Amino acid sequence: MSEGKIIQKGVHGVDCEHALCLLYQMMFIRRFEDKSAELYSAMKIRGFLHLYNGEEAVAVGAMQALTPEDAIVATYREHGQALARGISAGAIMAEMYGKQEGCSRGRGGSMHLFDAKTRFYGGNAIVGCGLPVAVGLALADKMQGKKSVTCCLFGDGAVAEGEFHESLNLAALWNLPVLFFCENNLYAMGTALKYSQSVTDLSKKVESYDVASSSVDGMDVLAVEAAVKKAVEFVRSGKGPYFLEFRTYRFRAHSMFDPQLYRTKEEVEEWKKRDPIDTFIHRLKDQGLINDTDIKELEEKAEAEINEAVVFAEAGTWEPVEDLTRFVYSERREV
Amino acid sequence: MNGEPQEVLKTTYREAVREAIRDAMRRDERVFLMGEDVGRYGGCFAVSKGLLEEFGPERIRDTPLSESTFVGAGIGAALGGMRPIVEIMTVNFSLLAADQILNTAATYLHMSGGLFNVPLVIRMATGGGKQLAAQHSHSLEGWFAHIPGIKVLTPATLEDARGMLWTALEDPDPVLIFENSTLYNMEGELPVDAGAVDINHARVCRQGNDITIITYGASLFKVLDAADILEKNGICAEVIDLRTLRPLDDATYLSSVAKTHRALIVDEGWRSGSISAEISARIMEGAFYELDCPVERICSAEVPMPYAKHLEQAALPQTETIVTTVKRMVGTNG
Repeated sequence: MSEGKIIQKGVHGVDCEHALCLLYQMMFIRRFEDKSAELYSAMKIRGFLHLYNGEEAVAVGAMQALTPEDAIVATYREHGQALARGISAGAIMAEMYGKQEGCSRGRGGSMHLFDAKTRFYGGNAIVGCGLPVAVGLALADKMQGKKSVTCCLFGDGAVAEGEFHESLNLAALWNLPVLFFCENNLYAMGTALKYSQSVTDLSKKVESYDVASSSVDGMDVLAVEAAVKKAVEFVRSGKGPYFLEFRTYRFRAHSMFDPQLYRTKEEVEEWKKRDPIDTFIHRLKDQGLINDTDIKELEEKAEAEINEAVVFAEAGTWEPVEDLTRFVYSERREV
Repeated sequence: MNGEPQEVLKTTYREAVREAIRDAMRRDERVFLMGEDVGRYGGCFAVSKGLLEEFGPERIRDTPLSESTFVGAGIGAALGGMRPIVEIMTVNFSLLAADQILNTAATYLHMSGGLFNVPLVIRMATGGGKQLAAQHSHSLEGWFAHIPGIKVLTPATLEDARGMLWTALEDPDPVLIFENSTLYNMEGELPVDAGAVDINHARVCRQGNDITIITYGASLFKVLDAADILEKNGICAEVIDLRTLRPLDDATYLSSVAKTHRALIVDEGWRSGSISAEISARIMEGAFYELDCPVERICSAEVPMPYAKHLEQAALPQTETIVTTVKRMVGTNG
C-alpha cells in the first residue's frame, strides 16, 4: 500500500500528507475487505473469512507509531493490521487463495497471515492465545537488551479468557514492553459484551494488575494514532506494559456464515454514522484539505492496487501435493 | 580412550538433569529456565536447586501458576531469539498449557509456511508410583506423541537425563522432555565428561534372541529386572529403550523383532489409544510375517491413579507381570 499524494499544506494542526496517508490506508483496507467478500462469494477464497470493515482506524492508527523492529501478534481478523504493517496485498490475497506465493505459502489462509520481514507473528485463531506469545516476544527483546516493543491485538472476547489475565499479570510482574491492544467491537462473535462480562468497563480489569491503561475512540484514526503514540512511548521507555481499549464496531458479519441475529440493523446503521473513513473525509473536507476529485483519485488508486493483488493471486501456483508434509519440522538446523 | 577406564562420578538422575541445565546455561546465554517454583523453592522435585544463586533471577525465572501463559511466553521467547527451557511441574498440569503446546508451538512452523520455527524445550515430571493420586500421577507422554510438529523425549538413564537436554536445545523445533518422577533419586555413575546424546534412536539395552521387550521411561528398569529373572529361567530377552516417542525409531525395534520373532510392549500409559498401540500396529505393518505369536502389551490399568499404595502398584506395570507374560509368550508359542 503506497502513500497518498501531497495536495496542500495542512491546517488546524493536521499534517496534510500524513492525513492523506492515513485516509488512503483506511480506504485501501475497506476496499480490500469488500473485494475479499466478493471473492468469497465467487468461491475463490474459502474457509473462515473475518472482515475488518468499520475497524480500519484501529489498525491504521496503531501501526503508525511502531518501528520495523517491533513485533506484532494479531488475531484471525487481521487483514487490516497486516496491510497497515506493510505486508503486500498480493501476498495476502494469494494466501487467501491458498497459493504458495501467499505470505504463509497457502498453509495458513485468511486467519494465519505471517511475515518475518515485518515481524508479523500471525494471524492467531484461538481467542487469547496470542497474548502469552506476545509476552514471550517482549521478554526475549528485553533479555537481549533490545528497544523493541511487542504489539498484541485481540478482541473484547479475549478478555474472558484466562490467558488475558495471566498475560497482563505476567507482563506487569516482569515489567515487559507489551502493548495490549483490545479492539472492543462489543461482540465476541454473537455474544454482546454485557452478556459475557460482569464488568464491561475493560480498563477496570487491568487496573488490578497495575497496568497503565486508557480507552480511545476507535472510530477516529487521529485519536487512535495519538493514543498509541503515547502508549508506545510509555512502553519503550521501560515503564512496563500498556493496555489500550479501542472502542470500535464491526460493520460486517463476524464471518461469512453469520446471519447477525444478535444485533439490530438500526444498531449497525447508528454505528455507520461514525464510519471512520467517512468521518475522516468530512473532517479533511471541512479543513479544506481534500475534495471529491482527490477522493476519487484515492479510490481509483486503491482499486487498481487491489486488482493487481487479485491478478497476482490468480496467477499464483498451487504447492505440489508431494510437499504436503513439509514445515512440520524445520528443514535446516540452526543453533 | 584406548581402553583406559573413564573417570566417573557418582550422581543421581536429579543431579544429572540439573547438571544438564547448568551446562546449557553456561554454554549459551540465550538459554534460561522458567516455571513454577524453579527459583527460590529450588524446583518441585529439587531439580533446579542452587541454580537461582548461580545464574540469578533473570535466567532462573519463577512464574505465577499460569501454565498456559508461561508456556506461551516460552514460545514467544523462542520466536524472539532465546532458547527457553520451560518446566511444568507435572504432566497433569501440562493440560492447562495443552492449547499452547498443540495449537501454537506445534503449528507455527506449518501455519507460517516455514517462516517461524519454535526452538522451545519443555520439561515435565511424569508417571505414577509416589502415591500422588489421580491428578499428579499420569503418563501422558504417549498422548503428546500423537502431535506432529513436536518431539517427545523420555530419558530413562542417567546418560539421557544428562545428555538429552542440550540436543533438545539445539533442535530448531519444540521438544518435550518427560522425566519420570520415580527416577529422580536413582543413583549411578556418569563419566565426568558426559554430554549431549543423540535423540533420534532407540537403544538396545540388553541383547537377546527369544523376545523383544520394548519400553521407555521408568518401566525400563522393571523390564531389565524381569530380563534378569527370565535369564535364570533360560529365556533371553532383548530389551529396547525407545528413548524418543516422537519420532519413533521404527528400524531398531523392527529389526529386533525380526531376530526374536516375539514382541512385548511395556508402557506406563493407559492401554487404549496408547503409544504401545501405535508400536503394536507398526510391528503388524512392518514385521507381521516375522512374528511367532501375537504382539502383547502391558500397560497401566485404565483407572485414574488411586492413592492407596497397593492399588497404585496394582495399576502400574510390574516386573512380575512382565516375567509371567514373557514366560507364557515364549513357552506356549516356542
